Amino acid sequence: MRPRVIPCLLLKNHGLVKTINFKNPRYLGDPINTVRIFNNKEVDEICILDITATRENKAPDIEYLKEIAGEAFIPLSYGGGITSMRQVEQIFHAGYEKVIMNTALINQETLVREAVAYAGSQSIVASIDVKRDILGKYKCYIQDGTTVTDKSPVETAKYAESLGAGEILLNSISCDGRMKGYDISLVQSVAEAVDIPVIACGGAKDLEDIKKVITEGHAHAAAAGSFFVYYGPEKAVLISYPAEEIEKMFPKV
Amino acid sequence: MIGIIDCGMGNIASIKNMLKKAGADSCILSEAKEVENADKLILPGVGSFDVGIGRIRDGGFDQAIFRHVEKGKPLLGICLGMQLLGCASEEGQEKGLGLIPFRSVRFRFGEDSELKIPHMGWDYIRSEGENPLTEGIDDTYRYYFVHSYHALCEKKENVLFTCEYGYEFAAGVVQGCVYGVQFHPEKSHKYGMKLLGNFIRI
Repeated sequence: MRPRVIPCLLLKNHGLVKTINFKNPRYLGDPINTVRIFNNKEVDEICILDITATRENKAPDIEYLKEIAGEAFIPLSYGGGITSMRQVEQIFHAGYEKVIMNTALINQETLVREAVAYAGSQSIVASIDVKRDILGKYKCYIQDGTTVTDKSPVETAKYAESLGAGEILLNSISCDGRMKGYDISLVQSVAEAVDIPVIACGGAKDLEDIKKVITEGHAHAAAAGSFFVYYGPEKAVLISYPAEEIEKMFPKV
Repeated sequence: MIGIIDCGMGNIASIKNMLKKAGADSCILSEAKEVENADKLILPGVGSFDVGIGRIRDGGFDQAIFRHVEKGKPLLGICLGMQLLGCASEEGQEKGLGLIPFRSVRFRFGEDSELKIPHMGWDYIRSEGENPLTEGIDDTYRYYFVHSYHALCEKKENVLFTCEYGYEFAAGVVQGCVYGVQFHPEKSHKYGMKLLGNFIRI
């Protein structure tokens, strides 16, 4: 089975945006339409993150998430603003396979455990947002990259695994939107430390980067934002997904 | 009308959406007495075996399903819904519905294997033998899987699809009008649409 290649879409107030280093969200278009396009391009999976929900203390917009899922016949995951089991259940019922937790992972240990008990490990994704500090040391952040925590990426990943999370979405804040490649050593350190799959995110500019983070970084899947929504050096907005090339890049085993 | 059994497990909304897109009316059944109105049934399921079969029994769905199948009406189990069609599972203590002679076992790989459990992602399947459900589905078709247990059939004739993950396993099962698939057709875009389209036309 070949590794999954996953567009990671960011929501801000019902708009699709793309950030650089988790900042300066640029409006790209309508999320529902974008998901429909990705669906037709036969993507492996789509990851949807509401980047302002937690920061603005807003609950997941279930009705809107339902609308997005309505035309998507592909696996979907959602993260952003999840603080209760009721929301977790509603997200699954809205047509999502997985919920993604970042702030809750650190602040609401019980919620993570309950979500695992309810839906099984394979449906719960722990999102770890990592930034290098001035000394080059990796720090984990919550609340959309605004609050630093005291655990390292490896410690956080092991902690997430111990709570029962079935997957790690490892996002590099330092690489986000830069399109200069993934942070391979970060991915490698986390992938080696846990037994659950690691999805690398942040920095991809092309398929070569994706191949590299899987072969050298030992990621089990690769997610990307800019690579799938921008075209050319001027970053014109163009939704693309090279499904055929991805199939060929990882030959059948 | 296709009835989708709702025991509070699994992706009901996506199944309903895809059936609609494939041109079939469907109805979400949250009470066992509604089952008799359905021409065809879909049994979805996500979660653990004992919880799943418990919910089916508590709701009286097991008897309704047996009556549906006795009349020769088609039934399709998806993911855990497929495993529940069998006799038992290593995952739990409870008995399954026993509609198809198989049990579910956990993936077992050698110690040096790097394969992860669950088997999660897109994989190719192979149709075994001729059946209305496999029609037009060749080895270029891929489907989305998420599972840690797989069916182990007593008889080869009950294997509908096979897939390879570490070794070959049954990705689909059949006995008469009862079908089960381990993968998620409702989440496998055009390939899933083809399979559900086949089910609609049975």
